Amino acid sequence: MKRVVITGQGTINALGADVASTKEAMREGRCGIAELDIRDVDRLAVKIGGQIKDYDPETLFNRQQISLYDRFTQFTLISARQAIAQAGLEFHGDLAAHSGVVLGTSGGGMQTLDENYRSVYEEGKNRVHPFVVPKLMNNAAASHVSMEFNLKGPSFTVATACASSNHAMGQAFNMIRSGMAKVMVTGGTESMLCFGGVKAWEGLRVMSKDGCRPFSATRNGMVQGEGAAVFVFEEYEHARKRGAEILAEVVGFAMTSDASDIVMPSKQGAARAIAGALTDARMPPEEVCYINAHGTGTAANDKVECAAVADVFGHHADDLMISSTKSMHGHLIGGTGAVELLACIMALTDGVIAPTINYEEPDPECALDVVPNEAREVEVGAVLSNAFAFGGLNAVLALRKAT
Amino acid sequence: MADVAQKVREIIAEQAVLDVEDVKPDATLDDLGIDSLGLVESIFAIEEAFDIQVPFNANEPEASDFDISNVAAIIKAVEGLVASKT
Repeated sequence: MKRVVITGQGTINALGADVASTKEAMREGRCGIAELDIRDVDRLAVKIGGQIKDYDPETLFNRQQISLYDRFTQFTLISARQAIAQAGLEFHGDLAAHSGVVLGTSGGGMQTLDENYRSVYEEGKNRVHPFVVPKLMNNAAASHVSMEFNLKGPSFTVATACASSNHAMGQAFNMIRSGMAKVMVTGGTESMLCFGGVKAWEGLRVMSKDGCRPFSATRNGMVQGEGAAVFVFEEYEHARKRGAEILAEVVGFAMTSDASDIVMPSKQGAARAIAGALTDARMPPEEVCYINAHGTGTAANDKVECAAVADVFGHHADDLMISSTKSMHGHLIGGTGAVELLACIMALTDGVIAPTINYEEPDPECALDVVPNEAREVEVGAVLSNAFAFGGLNAVLALRKAT
Repeated sequence: MADVAQKVREIIAEQAVLDVEDVKPDATLDDLGIDSLGLVESIFAIEEAFDIQVPFNANEPEASDFDISNVAAIIKAVEGLVASKT
């Protein structure tokens, strides 16, 4: 089996338009959640989100590109450009043929859907722009990344709701590990902060109107975010030979299905995914110093996740740190695991553990060290990233410090 | 208000797959076999039927003024919301 390392990372999300500014915000425990600035916001009951503000696509894309790229594709390309520039890779010949892109997204081109449903249903128009389908399709972002960077190997899109990014990165990891690919561009993206996207979530009555407070006894629901994060996963020997800077090593991945309920999480399903990632990584539980939690801020997720962690780690659960950065960037749905992997990599490279902000009051059902409110400086060697999706589909990644 | 009570019982009965007569005032949602998804669906149906907004967040059901402890409580809460509408 080949070893898999990360040699590039890029992002745009509510905390910042690149990795440096996102890490700085996480270090300072800054909140990117604010009043939504979208059309018809007055008709929404939930008026907050982790929205990317001061965004001007025209500085990054030309007119033809903008007419073809939904916002979720734009976020992906911005992130991919940063990640591939950092990795210092160019894809030609054999390398191009053995490199691909696997991304996670849940909604795909929701902005395009929303705008065009308005035009045909609300405004009664009978003609739509010719690019509606190529803009809204879930794989548009992956395809545009492959075109911009000449990635000709295995490429596709994974849609498993809130676990999409972790499932995508797990596939990328296993493709390199098995020898199927040399380099995989991977991560996830979401742009669901439009009227229909927020309204749909409102209907389920699990959203908070006033903030995301994971693990706090005062939590009252999730808050949506938007953005993308993209990584370059590379076969270790390939990276070493070209002298690339290695940010971290991906060492394990596991996925499970609860096979029980379409929205309620299961402790057993989550625990099996966490334990599975440890087994896959051949990592003793005591080695794990930090877990980036799924930590949505709903009553159900946070207590089930803490119980699953306690089950898998036993007494070590009290020694490890577990934080939810969703408190800062919101829940990016299909893109969330990717943005959260930035916090995992920051823990390994910078020795900084991103906090769970907005933490007000302990909940006895979430009695773990959730790194409340302030980032912590701790050298860590191994971390996990949890993602537990609606539909009971769970995906957990294990990473180690680069050696 | 008798018709409000009747309509609420019909909505709950449909969700519970029971006859309306079997939806007793003292029955809890648990008794009727209505889970969390069934509850949010019932609330949606109530909002649609009476054109009201029910203040309910599944994360903190007890924090809301909308009492869901049993069928009678739900009827009373809906009657209150309907009354304050006019």
